[in-house]
Amino acid sequence: MSKDLKEYWRKNIRIMTWLLAIWAFVSYGLGIILVNPLNAIHIGGFPLGFWFAQQGSIYVFVVLIFVYCALMRKLDREYDVDE
Amino acid sequence: MGILGWTYVFVGLTFALYIYVAWRTRVADTKGFYVAGMGVPPVFNGMATAADWMSAASFISMAGLISFLGYPGAYYLMGWTGGYVLLALLLAPYLRKFGKYTVPDFVGDRYYSSAARLVAAACAIFVSYTYVCGQMRGVGVVFSRFLEVDINTGVIIGMCIVFIYAALGGMKGITWTQVCQYCVLIVAYIIPAVAISMMVTGIPIPQIGFGSTIAAGHPDAGKYLLDTLNIIAKDLGFVQYTATFATVNTNMLNVLCITFALMVGTAGLPHVIIRFYTVPTVRAARISAGWALLFIALLYTTAPAVAAFARYNMINTLNDKPYVERPNWYKNWQRPGLVAWVDKNGDGIIQYRPGAPFVGRPNFTGKDGKFGQPLLANKVTTNKNELYIDRDIMVLASPEIGGLSAWVVGLVAAGGLAAALSTAAGLLLVVSSSISHDFYYRIINKNATEKQRLLVGRVMIGVAVVFAGYFGINPPAFVAQVVAFAFGLAASSFFPIILLGIFTKKTTREGAICGMVAGILFTGIYIIQTKFMGVGNWFLGITPEGIGTIGMLINFIVAIIVSTFTKEPPAEVQEIVESIRIPRGAGDASDH
Repeated sequence: MSKDLKEYWRKNIRIMTWLLAIWAFVSYGLGIILVNPLNAIHIGGFPLGFWFAQQGSIYVFVVLIFVYCALMRKLDREYDVDE
Repeated sequence: MGILGWTYVFVGLTFALYIYVAWRTRVADTKGFYVAGMGVPPVFNGMATAADWMSAASFISMAGLISFLGYPGAYYLMGWTGGYVLLALLLAPYLRKFGKYTVPDFVGDRYYSSAARLVAAACAIFVSYTYVCGQMRGVGVVFSRFLEVDINTGVIIGMCIVFIYAALGGMKGITWTQVCQYCVLIVAYIIPAVAISMMVTGIPIPQIGFGSTIAAGHPDAGKYLLDTLNIIAKDLGFVQYTATFATVNTNMLNVLCITFALMVGTAGLPHVIIRFYTVPTVRAARISAGWALLFIALLYTTAPAVAAFARYNMINTLNDKPYVERPNWYKNWQRPGLVAWVDKNGDGIIQYRPGAPFVGRPNFTGKDGKFGQPLLANKVTTNKNELYIDRDIMVLASPEIGGLSAWVVGLVAAGGLAAALSTAAGLLLVVSSSISHDFYYRIINKNATEKQRLLVGRVMIGVAVVFAGYFGINPPAFVAQVVAFAFGLAASSFFPIILLGIFTKKTTREGAICGMVAGILFTGIYIIQTKFMGVGNWFLGITPEGIGTIGMLINFIVAIIVSTFTKEPPAEVQEIVESIRIPRGAGDASDH
């Protein structure tokens, strides 16, 4: 693997790690581990932790994938490995 | 026109559509048969993936489960959606670049080993098979309730439909029928949900409605729906609806483990993974995971709302009401034995309380009691609960509970069938391709011609359909239990091995095989012990549904350790790993 491609792969891993950190934080963090403290906050009729567990995390998942696609598309072009 | 008439119209129209699409997309080569010619545009692949993924369980059972579980139902919601983030970021683009036909193809080539290929093919067949039996049963239930035919006849009709379009069009036919099936099932899910949200809260968007106040004219009007559910639960002695970690099986560790096992299991299920082989480029693979999750999220964010509305409606229309005034829907669902009432205190009033009212599923004696209720032969329990209610009717009966028109009920029936059939077809293709491609072509007869391979593929779909139908008609008692198996095994076998195969160059054949075997053995033995042999949840109190998380960790650890002691993979395998990391050049699939 040439130097450029190594750098491409490193940047890919960095993007992935950040997005997975958000993925884990929202679902396991806000939806499960921190659910009780968050439930003290209410948004309308939703206790906030409950909302993250049954609604919010799913919305975040969808956004994460589209953000990943956009970032990777830019990276692919920058390193001239796109299709 | 009544419910039955509308159901025949919707089911007939949708079935005609599926057959028409299958005829238009029939294929003549193995590339079309296994990976739809790799020409599926990402948005449509997203729809097909969503239909493939959302089974009878998602459509019929999930909202009901959440309705009874409350907060912990979140593990299904997050578990069955969060896996797509893993798929999009960790697997789909690389497997698409690799560009073969099946998941065992990747395992066999990356780990330069027929043994690994065999283990992977056997896992793929087992995982897909446990799943497909449940789908066939779902088809039978929908037929028997809505079309008033015998369950067995229903299963046979379902088998014929699936066989026609799966054998004719292979992956291509399945893909395009799944696109239609997605549209049918999502419309069928959303319309009643919107109507019920309107009715209960006055807000047409269910996702917002279930966090709002109850509309005027209903009990507890003006109060928040979720608060009301909590108060009702408390009054009747149930766990509160939004309460967290209230029971042993829903403590925090278990909720974490089950969510994780379902996520990783989703990302490891072969029928989901192969959908990403069907798109033209790596970029299309990434984006179609996004579309898939968006389409899935439409149903998955509606389901918890449906669950809350259903619980509110169900308790208000039945609990503490005289049996003689029971609503019409109750009568409809009593016939197939999905609701039953045993008058323990002889007051003629339905009391709904925690616990099972009697042992097992309702077994009517054929005689009627004092209030006209069918009497039961079951052994009655000592708690105060008098009402048996099958979770599945929360979705199937919701249009009737909400008093919606007959055509909506017919639409829901067509939607349930679309969900079950689309998943069954996707699974059958995995079973067929594992046998005809991975076993027959790659191991038994390497010189098979294109024509022979296509024929074997079609015959195998036929064989698989017949087996699935048999288990649909004679469901083994363990069908419900083995779902934990499918996810646990997918999590503890495929996911770690594929991940290591992409992200490390040094994981060896020996490491992969040992890892897979260790992961499967641990998970399999634990599930058998706890589900069938009555052993307690001995590992940190983790339930069998969540044990795949631990199996996955064991697989990773064993594979990494064994790899450090064995000879590193040959240079050409390391080159494969480098090449799949770069999107450019993801051309056609090759079968050699």
